[in-house]
Amino acid sequence: MDIKREDIIHLAELSDFSLSEAEITFLGGDLRGIINYISQLDQLNTDDISPTYQVFEMKNVWRDDEIKEQEANREQLLKLTKDEKDYQIKVPKVL
Amino acid sequence: MKIANKTVTAERLVRDALEKAKHFSDYHIFTFLNEENAIKKAREIDRKIAAGEKVGRLAGVPYALKDNFLSPEGETTASAHILEGFVSPVTATAVKKLEDEGAIMIGRTNLDAFAHGSSTENSYFGPTHNAFDFDRVAGGSSGGSAVAVALDIVEFATGTDTGGSIRQPASFNGVYGLKPTYGCISRYGVVAMASSTDCVGFFAQTPDDMDVLMSIASGQDSKDMTTLPDYYGSAEPESTNKRRIGIIKDFDNESVDPEIQKALAQKVELLRSRGHEIVDLSMPSLKYALAAYYIIVPAEVASNLSRYDGVRYGFRSKESTTLNELYDNTRSEGFMSENKRRIMIGNFVLSSGFYDAYFLKAAKARTLIIGEYEKAFSKVDFILTPVSPNPAFKLGEKVNDPIAMYLEDMMSVSLNLAGVPGLAIPAGKNKTGLPIGLQLVGPRRSDKNLIQFSKELEEND
Repeated sequence: MDIKREDIIHLAELSDFSLSEAEITFLGGDLRGIINYISQLDQLNTDDISPTYQVFEMKNVWRDDEIKEQEANREQLLKLTKDEKDYQIKVPKVL
Repeated sequence: MKIANKTVTAERLVRDALEKAKHFSDYHIFTFLNEENAIKKAREIDRKIAAGEKVGRLAGVPYALKDNFLSPEGETTASAHILEGFVSPVTATAVKKLEDEGAIMIGRTNLDAFAHGSSTENSYFGPTHNAFDFDRVAGGSSGGSAVAVALDIVEFATGTDTGGSIRQPASFNGVYGLKPTYGCISRYGVVAMASSTDCVGFFAQTPDDMDVLMSIASGQDSKDMTTLPDYYGSAEPESTNKRRIGIIKDFDNESVDPEIQKALAQKVELLRSRGHEIVDLSMPSLKYALAAYYIIVPAEVASNLSRYDGVRYGFRSKESTTLNELYDNTRSEGFMSENKRRIMIGNFVLSSGFYDAYFLKAAKARTLIIGEYEKAFSKVDFILTPVSPNPAFKLGEKVNDPIAMYLEDMMSVSLNLAGVPGLAIPAGKNKTGLPIGLQLVGPRRSDKNLIQFSKELEEND
């Protein structure tokens, strides 16, 4: 299938990052190759086969909604951010 | 495994390990050395031993921790720029279980950033070198852990295996590497790559060491809802019965290195001579496993890595005037090329218009692959295959050719899609002295039997 320059830029947008001109060229080339490779699945007959999304054999079970003590407290978690003020994480303006 | 006692102190074991780690610093095995804490912990164990107090099963045993396991000792970076500076306040369950038994982490090991890769060349900190040939790759993604055990710096190391990341570097460096059954060991506190295939496992020097590690680390964890109820410890003791071993006949054998084929043939003969039955298996869907894997895993990667945005922890890009710019700049600067490739492929296969043709198709292929394993294990007890089509390749040889790199995973990924365990075992060396590895594959929950049976593949010198 044909992957154009705009498609590469669009995929980067969906991925929340930007690509330099050089990256558009080389990652674009790589992506075309990879998509071409994975397209060989076309040859596999999967008629009447249901999909598998996970291989964990257990069924979901419900438990009581208990408040449990957490390993990390608020101070420890806030210490991980680059910029903090009055127990809030500071970021640049949103709009 | 050397364990601290009244004649060998834990401090001696830990100091020796740290010294060896420094001696081999050129190999870029470690991203962090835990000198101060490790020695402190060793002294505490020695004090307990001297006082006659109870110590754990791994008392004073130095180990290396793949740098995608969270603990407050050192930064957990997953060898990725975007996690730079992240010191976790929480401890992974697997780490806690090992440390509760007295194991002492002497350092964090290098990996492909976020475990994306098969050579450790995608690390932000640079590649790890192979233990047997300095010009060759360590394999990956758990390259640092494999080399740390192969060079006898530590007795064991942790790893994660999403598509071969324990077994392949184990085989490239001549050590044992186990990818357990999916759900056997808790993944709480491990940096997620692809949640439906990620497994925690180990590198060890002997099957018996592996057994001890598994009996300690496995088991259900309320912090990881995908852990199976405990079964490892209660597995039936190994039977002395003769076993049926499957060899996959219709695999793409032509692309396998002739010396690896020869090593496999020799082990088959050894098993036959010991009275085991060899059964030819047909598993035609396996040749599609790699394509299915490189759809399913990137899709899960794209989702799991969306959390890295520079806001709550890790690296944050400095020059941003709006929040969207902060996300964009942090991720543009913080991810390696291979991370970007996988995230973009993931978003491609999940996007409307392509979902059915790629993601859904791969999920159906996965059903076929699981079915073939189930059918195979109705005929045989274990399957023996190569881990990878080639021994360790040269540094730089494949790093700019993602397809060539992905093809190295073609014999390891199907186990992860099926959730079955695989143990990489050393199987001699090729003419140039590079280790060759084979993998023993079993049905789900057969981990213990797999480890026990691997002894049948050891030559008696």
